[in-house]
Amino acid sequence: MEKTRPLWANPLQFVFACISYAVGLGNVWRFPYLCQMYGGGSFLVPYIIMLIVEGMPLLYLELAVGQRMRQGSIGAWRTISPYLSGVGIASVVVSFFLSMYYNVINAWAFWYLFHSFQDPLPWSVCPLNGNHTGYDEECEKASSTQYFWYRKTLNISPSLQENGGVQWEPALCLLLAWLVVYLCILRGTESTGKVVYFTASLPYCVLIIYLIRGLTLHGATNGLMYMFTPKMEQLANPKAWVNAATQIFFSLGLGFGSLIAFASYNEPSNNCQKHAIIVSLINSFTSIFASIVTFSIYGFKATFNYENCLKKVTLLLTNTFDLEDGFLTASNLEQVKGYLASAYPSKYSEVFPHIKNCSLESELDTAVQGTGLAFIVYTEAIKNMEVSQLWSVLYFFMLLMLGIGSMLGNTAAILTPLTDSKIISSHLPKEAISGLVCLVNCAIGMVFTMEAGNYWFDIFNDYAATLSLLLIVLVETIAVCYVYGLRRFESDLKAMTGRAVSWYWKVMWAGVSPLLIVSLFVFYLSDYILTGTLKYQAWDASQDDRL
Amino acid sequence: MAKADLSAAWIFFFLTLPCVFHPERMLWLLFFLVTAIHAELCQPGAANAFKVRLSIRTALGNKAYAWDTSEEYLFKAMVAFSMRKVPNREATEISHVLLCNVTQRVSFWFVVTDPSKNHTLPAVEVQTAIRMNKNRINGAFFLNDQTLEFLKIPSTLAPPMDPSVPIWIIIFGVIFCIVIVAITLLILSGIRQRRRKNKEPSEVDDAEDKCENMNTIENGIPCDPLDMKGGHINDAFMTEDERLTPL
Repeated sequence: MEKTRPLWANPLQFVFACISYAVGLGNVWRFPYLCQMYGGGSFLVPYIIMLIVEGMPLLYLELAVGQRMRQGSIGAWRTISPYLSGVGIASVVVSFFLSMYYNVINAWAFWYLFHSFQDPLPWSVCPLNGNHTGYDEECEKASSTQYFWYRKTLNISPSLQENGGVQWEPALCLLLAWLVVYLCILRGTESTGKVVYFTASLPYCVLIIYLIRGLTLHGATNGLMYMFTPKMEQLANPKAWVNAATQIFFSLGLGFGSLIAFASYNEPSNNCQKHAIIVSLINSFTSIFASIVTFSIYGFKATFNYENCLKKVTLLLTNTFDLEDGFLTASNLEQVKGYLASAYPSKYSEVFPHIKNCSLESELDTAVQGTGLAFIVYTEAIKNMEVSQLWSVLYFFMLLMLGIGSMLGNTAAILTPLTDSKIISSHLPKEAISGLVCLVNCAIGMVFTMEAGNYWFDIFNDYAATLSLLLIVLVETIAVCYVYGLRRFESDLKAMTGRAVSWYWKVMWAGVSPLLIVSLFVFYLSDYILTGTLKYQAWDASQDDRL
Repeated sequence: MAKADLSAAWIFFFLTLPCVFHPERMLWLLFFLVTAIHAELCQPGAANAFKVRLSIRTALGNKAYAWDTSEEYLFKAMVAFSMRKVPNREATEISHVLLCNVTQRVSFWFVVTDPSKNHTLPAVEVQTAIRMNKNRINGAFFLNDQTLEFLKIPSTLAPPMDPSVPIWIIIFGVIFCIVIVAITLLILSGIRQRRRKNKEPSEVDDAEDKCENMNTIENGIPCDPLDMKGGHINDAFMTEDERLTPL
């Protein structure tokens, strides 16, 4: 008889673990982008509908399966039907892929965090060129934040084929990131349970501080108004609905087996229905909260850039026509331009190509997602704030907490089936299994620290998990409802928790959610087939822009 | 312009002495000649001439001073001072620096002439001199490299502070050591706990110990042998174990 399964010390640890896993970087850098692209405030409509119809039922399903079967994903699905153990193995493999590349983001966050203790921030100034007469050329053409990201952090090569060598600085940071993750999962639920108190709550503290700071920044309201004004016509765009469904799906982390793993450490009588609703609501609320912060930062950055652009145009005109210093201001710029065009037509036509049309809307329109948002746009906004070191440290610390929280879930998804398996756990203690998993992941993760590493990262990020997860969750839902039997599952839950399962959940599990997932799956497949050869964006050092 | 007047006055003096033949015409001719030479030396785009641009209001805001002839004099003095630092040019005087085309911007052109006031000094010398003393010139006008520009003379930018050991490695090292120490402590304590657990069963009665580890005892008979002897464990029904009240 095996020893009793380790349990969470109290239900709060379980809730915090789920929140810390679900609330990750996607809430911060993907949701604001989607919100901006698909109609601002009106994107919330499909988002909330998908949350109720797809997110909550599937989350409840996974938690219930884990709590009922009291094993990791492989064991749980084998129990439901021995033919379905493949689903569990698929989950573990996908989790393995994810943990390989996800921790690289934590490595980058560490890198930026360590560099935030310098004055001035290293990404706020361009380095000088060889003879100290000007700034480095690549940095001049791009911006100093882009230069720091692409050259100093990644040292990116021009294409995927040119692999370059392993960069020792990101490699060290990756090693540290894996050591920190190992420290947190070392003792299983005992250590994880305590760590999640921090990883779940600290990001909210930082977000609130940033909200207050962000809303008081000059130009923040421009960003907020622009992004949140609903564009109702986007509701008719099917892409908005597909993206809302996808975002809910991936944001909750369904299908990886982490939720099953976490729930398997629960008391059987735990009210997982309540927890499922709480976790999904908090996850969505955090997305919206983070997008308010992001949009105020956007507004600040756009206003700052717009005013800089105006200053440059003013300087150019003042210098060309030798006007009095301080005469040209933003308010009389247009008038004076008109006067100069009529009074000195030849000279004006010479300088005209260099005069940029500064527009606040075009600055606000630059929608960025992913690592670009986190490491370029935010750092650009931070370097213009006062006491930028403090804000930078807070921000990257928050990114770290979010990333490590998600990593805990990912590694739990891999480790729980391994420690459950009697063959492995009889030979090796828990610490050794965790150590081995971390070591293997770290070694493979060194690929992402090479010069072409960011391209590999993009490829993994876009293609590693998408279709597989949809398939896994689809099979999960069908397995529970039709193979195991919905009625049997319902009676199990009632016996376990003491509460009946309402008709709403049954309808969702049996009908609506599988249909939704099938349509998402079909959409993605057709998208891949229609796109033809898959592409990636490369950094061109001579033009300093993405190809 | 004072120089032109001075030279004109001297020429007038010398001319009035011996020459009686068309004195006024000669006088005016030479006057124009001198001013023409000076005008040719300092011209926008002339050889060895440099354009200077000041942005006083941008730099100082409300405390901006007006640009007048006294400020021009100070500028000439600073340029002459810079030229004096160049070997072979220690004799440069303020009067050798010519300014022209002062605009509202404030921008103007200047040249530095040699003591004979007929030729301008080569641009390279002036460039080197200005570059070496740019800080002093900036300081005299309360400006910096962005607000006091010498077009065609690039300023040497100050390199950013570069500590011998990058700061990030120090912080990295600190956190790395803390994490390693914490991991070692946790692993060691885990090993010690397991060793203690393995020692305990040898001190306590076996049967009783087995009873404590399992909560599957019914009527005093441990269920363990029942589970292990043949048969196949159906995991789906394992949860029923917890329904039995533990002893």
